[in-house]
Amino acid sequence: MSEEKKEREPLFSPKNLKLIKDPLSINNPITVQVLGICSALAVTAKLKPAIVMAISVMVVLAVSNVVISLLRNGIPPRIRIIVQLVVIATMVILVDQVLKAFVYDVSKQLSVFVGLIITNCIIMGRLEAFAMGNKPWPAFLDGIGNALGYGIILIIVAFFREFLGSGTIFDVHVIPQGFYDFGYENNGLMILPPMALITVGVIIWVQRYRNRDLIEDH
Amino acid sequence: MKALRNLLDKQKPHFEEGGKLEKFHSMFDAMETLFFVPNRVTTKGVHIRDAIDMKRTMIVVFIALLPALFFGMWNIGYQHFLSYGEHPGFWPMFWYGFLKMLPIIIVTYGVGLGLEIIFAQIRSHDVNEGFFVSGLLIPMIVPPDIPLWQLAIAVAFAVVFGKEVFGGTGMNIMNPALLARAFLFFAYPGNISGDKVWISDKADAFSGATPLGDALTGHFDNLPSLYDMFMGFIPGSNGETSTLIILLGGLFLLVTGIGNWRVMFSVFIGGYVMGLLFNLWGYNEYMQLPAYYHLVMGGFAFGAVFMATDPVTAAQTNKGMYIYGFLTGMIAILIRVFNPAYPEGMMLAILLMNVFAPLIDHYVIAGNIKRRQKRLKLATS
Repeated sequence: MSEEKKEREPLFSPKNLKLIKDPLSINNPITVQVLGICSALAVTAKLKPAIVMAISVMVVLAVSNVVISLLRNGIPPRIRIIVQLVVIATMVILVDQVLKAFVYDVSKQLSVFVGLIITNCIIMGRLEAFAMGNKPWPAFLDGIGNALGYGIILIIVAFFREFLGSGTIFDVHVIPQGFYDFGYENNGLMILPPMALITVGVIIWVQRYRNRDLIEDH
Repeated sequence: MKALRNLLDKQKPHFEEGGKLEKFHSMFDAMETLFFVPNRVTTKGVHIRDAIDMKRTMIVVFIALLPALFFGMWNIGYQHFLSYGEHPGFWPMFWYGFLKMLPIIIVTYGVGLGLEIIFAQIRSHDVNEGFFVSGLLIPMIVPPDIPLWQLAIAVAFAVVFGKEVFGGTGMNIMNPALLARAFLFFAYPGNISGDKVWISDKADAFSGATPLGDALTGHFDNLPSLYDMFMGFIPGSNGETSTLIILLGGLFLLVTGIGNWRVMFSVFIGGYVMGLLFNLWGYNEYMQLPAYYHLVMGGFAFGAVFMATDPVTAAQTNKGMYIYGFLTGMIAILIRVFNPAYPEGMMLAILLMNVFAPLIDHYVIAGNIKRRQKRLKLATS
């Protein structure tokens, strides 16, 4: 009896905490693995849709991770991708309906990109690489961690794009009128998708500058 | 010159290894090689070192740009006084334009060279000469009243994201000067497009539309005479209006062997052919415009002579240069006539073809290999 207790890991053991921490820094899904870039370009012109998108991805990823982890021993390997997709698609439809019901205007702004969470490489990647081989609780933490890593980049990019491109944060004007009178103008290029790519590039640059281990050898 | 040499020699030990100003070695090196041809020689193997290095090349391009620059200064003043119906003579006009251009040039060089030096220090390599010409090109392709802070941001963007992230001078994919202009064009369109910005402090009643703007909006009766457009007495970006002066600069580049005639001529031919094709089609009035008009309007000549020929971003193979130039000219005219949002297509055409240049080269080389293999096969069989 006592031996069994010893084997049980505490809920937030260092190993489990690592599942949340790593995706935030050295194993970030966007800046290190370069996954999920397309949605990062599309939804980051304003902060609000970016945050809603981050939360949606978090819900979908965490729940599908747990579901797949529970089913992992019963899924025949040959059809595992289809099973994973069914789980993801179900979650995405649920999230989509909830968004339409409660935050209709944001749902409109995100348009097709909520539906496209199904194809977000981060989710498929985590299901395939982690949930298929781990217990539900670590899988849940892994889902939360990766979604946080994705979300934080989305929010940083959206912050700069909205601040420089529209002069607002959460649609509230933060650049004083005096600046505009003095000749300041919002940067129209920040609203356009290329700048999202360049902003992500700058984040990657800064991250690699601070953490030299991430730089690949040539 | 001798006094300068002595001064540099006296200061040199401070900047060499172990000297107290060692950190600023790259800056000293940049200054020294700017004034004197470096006396470094190769120590191993046989090399022939020409006196012409990158700095000398850049200075030749710089000189080729000067006539267009001075004409641009005069034209800024000319257009300004013309809008008020005044004609104060040559020097007041030139002086007016000079005062408009000077801050633009200072800001461009200050920001660009500042960033180049910072990057050179961080990466501990020498300051590149690359910005020497870009810094003069940028003031010539912006409107005279461009807000200086916007210009500064655009130059910083062009230097950092157009050049330094790729590894500095010679490694860039796109022309940094045009990238700065593209940044301004998309970020602050109000100050670099439309018909209000091309004449400095113009009188309100005076139409400030460029010939391209007139053509796009269908005001063909407002179009200046061919002579005016060729000579450059038209509103436009600072240094790009006079086709004649630009061609003189281009001739200088060709005679000194710095510029590449393949690119230059094929851009003009590409533009002319596209104009002729439109003439044949003749769907609307813009398409019926004589093809040679396209070559003298807007920044076509400037782009063809000074921008498309940039040796770093253009195609490198001879056959590739023809394709690259021809397509640049064609796409520029295509954008002009078809896209209502962009009156001038030269900038976008060159940037687009910059991206495609390596691909063109790749296929030219692949084609060459294939041809020679075939020949080999025939010879051995």
